[in-house]
Amino acid sequence: MIEFHLDAHSGVAPYLQLIHQVRQALRLDLLSEGDQLPTVKDVVGRLAINPNTVLKAYRELEYEGLVAARPGLGTFVTRTLGDGSPATIAPLRRELQRWLAKARRTGLDDESIEALMLTTFRSATEGEENIA
Amino acid sequence: MTAVLEAHGLGRRYRRRWALSDCTLKIPAGQVVGLVGPNGAGKTTLLHLAVGLLQPTAGTIEVLGDRPAASPAQLARVGFVAQDTPTYSGLTVADHLRLGAHLNPGWDARTASDRIERLGLDPRQRAGKLSGGQRAQLALTLALAKKPGLLILDEPVASLDPLARREFLQSLMEAVVDQGLSVVLSSHLVADLERACDYLIVLIDSRVQISGEVDHLLGTHHLLTGPRRDPARLPEGQQVISASHTDRQTTLTVRSEGPIHDPAWVVSKIGLEDLVLAYMSRTVGAERRPALEVQR
Repeated sequence: MIEFHLDAHSGVAPYLQLIHQVRQALRLDLLSEGDQLPTVKDVVGRLAINPNTVLKAYRELEYEGLVAARPGLGTFVTRTLGDGSPATIAPLRRELQRWLAKARRTGLDDESIEALMLTTFRSATEGEENIA
Repeated sequence: MTAVLEAHGLGRRYRRRWALSDCTLKIPAGQVVGLVGPNGAGKTTLLHLAVGLLQPTAGTIEVLGDRPAASPAQLARVGFVAQDTPTYSGLTVADHLRLGAHLNPGWDARTASDRIERLGLDPRQRAGKLSGGQRAQLALTLALAKKPGLLILDEPVASLDPLARREFLQSLMEAVVDQGLSVVLSSHLVADLERACDYLIVLIDSRVQISGEVDHLLGTHHLLTGPRRDPARLPEGQQVISASHTDRQTTLTVRSEGPIHDPAWVVSKIGLEDLVLAYMSRTVGAERRPALEVQR
């Protein structure tokens, strides 16, 4: 079982934070198939958040096919996130390292590199969202 | 969806001063509604109208489909916890539960005693000896055990320390899950309500400035920063809520159903607290800041 937490100052909507934490737990193998997610009552009792926030997060996870609700029992993990296999990650990491070295050679400091990554990432994701 | 509270042109006047004017609201069922605004904005007046402690001077209000306090049945369906969660200091916790059982036809003794046990309250303890947080929990227990369809709380956490505040909101949210009730709670602090509420009413200067689902409010308000310019020249459909200027830069809080496309603006998301503050500064602005230049 995992425990949720919320960052009030992140600016990320609470239901998205919950979704993110489940996905992260799946990637880190803290959750695997058949595991139960905390009940809605558990989550609201712990975080003092609105029940609809939790329901919304769980619905979204269900829609993504990651969890399934079993009436009267709770919400259970139905599959793991398979995008983390070492075979796919290693080459991506190497590429990123090469890019980082290149960025440093041009004189960018860490903060600027981070900002560049973040803005690029954001505009790329927003682009995808607009298409979808 | 049915409305738990519906008001049309609702107003209340004390002598010559309007404490609430022209209030039109429709709150859907099954939500936790935050009523937020500065002290003296009219929050308590609105809540007292909703429970029938006050009669309207103008307009109408219906709660759970009926006039507030119209009948014993209507009274039984609405729970109310008044400001600062009052209890009888000379009575014990057990006395409070007995009193609740006598006064409420739908009293659920099981809910009440379970809650008292879970909170670790001693039934023989006098309410006057309880901590602020425990007193608030006792008041909440009484309101929940009458099994209302709608629970109305006036500034329930204002006088509590941060831990008691959190614990109070935790048990309130658990009760929402268990009993499926609708809740309206007021606060002058947005931070108290931010996580708990999914519907917000902003009441300032006796008027409802805006109301709606929190997600919708956050999605339709944007913070724009860019080179200085006149906010009056924004495209139609973009309503300026607040504006501030330096000699070079303009910062606006804008309400818009559609996305902002103008590349001159840097558009960022806005938090609930900033959104409420923007509405507050607008009403202040109308009175005290006649010209744009004065704001520099």
